[in-house]
Amino acid sequence: MLFQLHEPGETPAPHESERGLAVGIDLGTTNSVVALARDGAAEVLRDRDGGGLVPSVVHYADDGAVVVGQDARRMLLEQPDHVVSSVKRLMGRGTEDLKTLAGTLPFKLDVAADGGMVRLAVAGRTLTPVEVSADILRALRIRAELAQGKSVDRAVITVPAYFDDGARTATKDAARLAGLEVLRLVNEPTAAALAYGLDNSSEGLYAVFDLGGGTFDVSILRMEKGVFQVRATGGDSALGGDDIDHAIAEHFLAERAAIHGEVAITEGEAKQALAAARVAKECLSGRQDGEWVIEVDGKPSRHALTRDRMEELAAPWIDRTAAICRAVIEDAGIEVADIQGVVLVGGSTRMPLVRRKVKEIFGREPLSDINPDEVVAVGAALQAEALTVGSDTLLLDVTPLSLGIETMGNIVEKVIPRNTPIPVAMAQEFTTYQDGQTAMSIHVVQGEREMVDQCRSLARFVLRGIPNMAAGAARIRVTFTVDADGLLTVSASEATTGVEQQVAVKPSYGLTEDEMAAMLRDSLVHAKDDMTSRLFAETVVEARRSVLAVQAALKVDSDLLSDAERQDIDVAILRVDQAIASNDRDAVTAAMESLEAATKIFAERRMDRGIRSALAGMTVEKLDDALGE
Amino acid sequence: MNVSAVAAVTSCWSCKGPVAARALFCSVCGAVQGPGAIDHYTRLGMSPSFDVDLDELQRQYFGFQRRLHPDRFAAKSGKEKALSQLQATALNEAYETLKDPLKRAAYLLGLRGHPVDLTACGTINDRELLMEQMEKREALAEATTPEQVAKLAMGNESEVIACQCHISAAFNAGNLDEAAHLTIRLKYLVKLAEEARAKKSRVIRTP
Ligand SMILES: [Zn+2]
Repeated sequence: MLFQLHEPGETPAPHESERGLAVGIDLGTTNSVVALARDGAAEVLRDRDGGGLVPSVVHYADDGAVVVGQDARRMLLEQPDHVVSSVKRLMGRGTEDLKTLAGTLPFKLDVAADGGMVRLAVAGRTLTPVEVSADILRALRIRAELAQGKSVDRAVITVPAYFDDGARTATKDAARLAGLEVLRLVNEPTAAALAYGLDNSSEGLYAVFDLGGGTFDVSILRMEKGVFQVRATGGDSALGGDDIDHAIAEHFLAERAAIHGEVAITEGEAKQALAAARVAKECLSGRQDGEWVIEVDGKPSRHALTRDRMEELAAPWIDRTAAICRAVIEDAGIEVADIQGVVLVGGSTRMPLVRRKVKEIFGREPLSDINPDEVVAVGAALQAEALTVGSDTLLLDVTPLSLGIETMGNIVEKVIPRNTPIPVAMAQEFTTYQDGQTAMSIHVVQGEREMVDQCRSLARFVLRGIPNMAAGAARIRVTFTVDADGLLTVSASEATTGVEQQVAVKPSYGLTEDEMAAMLRDSLVHAKDDMTSRLFAETVVEARRSVLAVQAALKVDSDLLSDAERQDIDVAILRVDQAIASNDRDAVTAAMESLEAATKIFAERRMDRGIRSALAGMTVEKLDDALGE
Repeated sequence: MNVSAVAAVTSCWSCKGPVAARALFCSVCGAVQGPGAIDHYTRLGMSPSFDVDLDELQRQYFGFQRRLHPDRFAAKSGKEKALSQLQATALNEAYETLKDPLKRAAYLLGLRGHPVDLTACGTINDRELLMEQMEKREALAEATTPEQVAKLAMGNESEVIACQCHISAAFNAGNLDEAAHLTIRLKYLVKLAEEARAKKSRVIRTP
């Protein structure tokens, strides 16, 4: 990185040109897309053949080489145990969760890894879903860098609106491993609305129906003059086109077994049957019938399938989306008739069955003029530009799931209800239930059910040092803070003593900081350089802000300084500029400290003047009021 | 704007100079300031009344969020990001409180020094209200068709609106006891409306 030396007084705001590009990434279950926006127009970054979709499939060779995308998908049948697909379904999942998902996932799990985060056994290695996702993100980053001939270091990454805290954190961790700073995690339906809203300058209430490979989201938004306000969101983070593929594959395998008899299916055969099922599903969106071949035990078998029969197989899954839509409309406090348009997102919405269902639910033809596979990445790219270059649009999103803590009898006490606008901070008071209780275990959960075991466990921590009091006397205040990325932080304090504890909610199924650090070391050859340059960039932003603040103050109050004092400050500013140019973080920090020291007297005099002039315009009573605040 | 607003002065965290305690941005260096301890009405630039123009409230809320939302500070320093998050959080809390008549009534009673506790789930000590609520609940429990539920919900809805009008009148007459009494009644009416809505979707789903 190169920094130009500026004359004192000319330090510019941090230049966008110093940074790499900021892209929008749709990290999908089946396919991923990367896009870049310039001047309010987003472009999907394509390969030589014009394809915008990068299959979210990773091949791990024995020699350690990693291949992502089409080439990896081709290896799916040849070397199934070296290929990972649909890893998004495992993001933020614990080994416990897999009991419910078992059998529906195309993975071989590392069973030795007990508790905590899921690990995959691939090509003799043990990988976390975070690492696999990082490999996909890295490939997308490289695609963008090759297309633009510039480095890419920041991204807006989309996540299903219904992703819980663990899955969001895992996504952010994956980006870090891939060397990308996450500008914002944006919910997929919200990103799609952004892509539509800006194009169509639509106003009113809209629904976004997003059925992807592995996740389903539906959001109700109000769009108005550049404001995108999410009213309610809902979904199922384990419902998508993959489920339909499975239903079709099982149908083929059952037909085969009826003819050739039951045999154990190998991993490769299962993956091949799934691949045939996916092709069948896609073909039947355009045709009425067809015939597909699967191979088991070395014997190929042919399977005819009509669209009607395929739709029968898919119907149970699609029906589930209808129930979720109705619940979300109710949550938004609106009637179906209030909705002015329905936007379709996700490859699975190409199925005629899905389109008919959407029309039935919402009573109107859905909009799909933007490619449903690319619309989310387009919205993400627009938001990346808005966040780095600036924009008048405003995204106001909500929490998808209620957040609460466990109380007596395994009952969940909700602290933040679902569909609360974010960022948000809410507190609830709890008390001890035993005399002399000095510690309290706090269990944070996410979900809508009343019992703890039906909700998702996010974290546990213990608040210690509660003073010895009778049961019910202590007042423990637990504060939940959800930031604009939808990520939760929890703090707890005891009101009578002020004992406080803060936890970033990471534990239950996440990576520890140590694991993260080790992965950064392993996965990025230049991990250290990368970290250093990021920290340096942050320090430079801070240093430039300080210098600009001092210069602004000099403009209005320089008469408070003697010539010598003024010169000291000018020199200190020059030192900060030089330190920035020297590319040395410690030097910048030291120069900032000197600047702070050189301006101390100046700041004091400015405060004196400010208070005096405020006093001049105030009566004594008003001053008392002011001081009493 | 209230000209006599207290012009308390604090120190800007960024340029260290004087800044009005209620300023959103420093007039000298432009840095965003913390949200400060101001009431929800002041925060959204609304006059403290029960009668709130919801369109104006939303315009004010969007206007402040446009300037203070963390998305406006993505390229700024860590401190500015953190302050904008606090500002946006405070705006959300203010907006969510003021747009809801029940929360707004309870909040305004608190501001006027006559707090009511809406979270207390204790017994209703108003005999008349108690009898009325028991009757309505029974009627809802006995309703079996969507039409019956809808009829009850509509009746309740008009009572909600009437109750809000009475609360407004009580505030305007400065009768806080009456406003508090009606706010508690509104709480039960709203609760019944929620139950009716839940029942309506149950009745529709299981014909
Ligand atoms: Zn300032």
